[in-house]
Parts: sequence; C-alpha cells; structure tokens
Amino acid sequence: MTNPSNDSFTLAGKEYHSRLLVGTGKYKDLDETDAAISASGAEIVTFAVRRTNIGQDKDQPNLLDVISPDKYTLLPNTAGCFDAKTAVRTCRLARELLDGHNLVKLEVLGDEKTLFPDVAATLEAAEVLIKDGFDIMVYTNDDPIMAKRLEELGCISVMPLAAPIGSGLGIRNRLNIRTIVENATVPILVDAGVGTASDAAIAMELGCDGVLMNTAIAAARDPVLMASAMRKGIEAGREAYLAGRMAPKRFASASSPMDGLFF
Amino acid sequence: MQIYLNGEQQQIPDNTSMAALIESLELSGKRIAVEVNEELVPRSSYSDYNLKPQDNVEIVHAIGGG
Repeated sequence: MTNPSNDSFTLAGKEYHSRLLVGTGKYKDLDETDAAISASGAEIVTFAVRRTNIGQDKDQPNLLDVISPDKYTLLPNTAGCFDAKTAVRTCRLARELLDGHNLVKLEVLGDEKTLFPDVAATLEAAEVLIKDGFDIMVYTNDDPIMAKRLEELGCISVMPLAAPIGSGLGIRNRLNIRTIVENATVPILVDAGVGTASDAAIAMELGCDGVLMNTAIAAARDPVLMASAMRKGIEAGREAYLAGRMAPKRFASASSPMDGLFF
Repeated sequence: MQIYLNGEQQQIPDNTSMAALIESLELSGKRIAVEVNEELVPRSSYSDYNLKPQDNVEIVHAIGGG
C-alpha cells in the first residue's frame, strides 16, 4: 500500500505535507482566524498588504502576531491589484515586510465583477518579479495554454481557479484542470472557487498538488469545523488519487460471486 | 512642509527623516513596509532617508486576505 504519510510536495526547496493552503480574510476576528487555520492543518497561509491605519489604536493586534512566520510559511498576495505595476510594488513591499522572503502569490485581476485574472498583465508582472528574484505562485484562469506559459516563464507554481474568487461554485471545468495537471512539471494548486469539502476532494482526485481557499472556510456557518472538513476532504481526495479509482462502467457488475448459488 | 501620507495631506517639519516620521506615528518596531513615490524604502535606510515636500509616502502592513 502507498503510505500517504510520506506524501509531500515541494515549493521553493521546502517540503510540505499539508496540501491545504488557506487565506486569512473575512474572519470575525483574529481568534477565529487562528482557530480555523489550526484546524485546517495548513502549513502555508496567505495574507494581503494594505495601508496601515495612521493614528488609530496602536495596540491593535497585528495579523502577523497570530500567523507567526515561525509557525507558518507566509504567502503575501497581490489581491486587489488590477495592473502589473501595483502588483510588482505590492510584492516588493511584502518582501520588505517579511525581511527578504521571496515567496509571493501573484494575482492581477481583470475586473471587479468576476475577479477573473488579467492574464496579459499577470505575464507582464511575473516577468518583472522573476527577474527581481521572487518565487512566484501565480493565480490564473483554468486555461492549459496560459498555465504552461506561466510555468515556462519560471513561476514555481501555477494556480488555476476552480470558479470565480469567493463564489463557492466548485470546479467548473474539470477537464481543463486535469489537462493543466497532466502538462505541468511544477505544482498545480487550485486557487479560488471551491465551496465545500467535496469540491476540495475533486481537485485532489484530478491530481492537483493542493488547494488554496479562503471564503469556503471563513464564510461557513462554523468556520473552524469547515476548516477541519476541508482538511479531510483534501486528504481523502489525495488518497483516492494515489489509490487510482476504478474505471466507471455503464452497467452493473455484481459484487457477490454468481458461482455457488444454492437456488 | 507638506507630504502625502497614505493618501492624506500631512504637515511635517522640513528635513524630517523617514525614521523620525515613523517614530512620530508610533510605528517604530512594528511590522510595516514603506514606499515613497512608488519606490520601496528599505528599513535599513530609514535614518538616512530625508523626506521632500510633496512626497507620496505609503506605509503598509499585513492584513487578512485570500
């Protein structure tokens, strides 16, 4: 039997056993953020970069006090960037914020209604950032051609969407996700659009290396319980992928032998 | 002199250094990052970096996001 406890994937030279990556947005407070992330078992946690509130409560706890860089691999993201230039600026600020840490999640968005990626601007930003020494995990469409181009450009991981960010619609195009996985030599993570644990399991059954999610956990009625469910969904899907599912058949195949019937 | 701090006009003394500005905002030692006129200002150069009139200063930190 394949031993799933030895199962891991590697990003920027570091090995990870958890294939669930989580965001830190939309939680009620930092305590809930902390509890949900612990329950998810995630080792990689993403966050956003925004203006500091000048002149407001100085003792307000900082996200990085809860999501400590000693405990997690932090993945700053460029959420909210609608052009290559602001995405590049955001990554440089994030690197400074984390004392020279080069791993970033690049997303350059096309419009506010769909939050679909602007792939031309994403390519432009990725090129600048790679030259500047960043390790880029890149959010993109479920488009096998673009996924390959981003890989060839030097992105260390390609992260196609399952469905629009925050929509919870699940994987809209399983065949494209499968094709992206089959073509890839870098880790492929589904990023955005999963709604519940079965969606996460399907992504893993398709052969993805992991899933990054935020709203599906944070917007659940009980985020901590959903974080635990997602962890199990990811593990179940991964084990099913490693186990190799049976071939689907159109008609029945009896599970009990026909020989030895006594009537 | 006048600068823009996170998009708001702000009056500060002439020749204020970045270190002094951060100190006056009680942000010293906090996990922040700074850019001026869209260029990163590394932490190591805060003391030597003197602000100029009309500089656009952005001070950012980490927040929850996905």
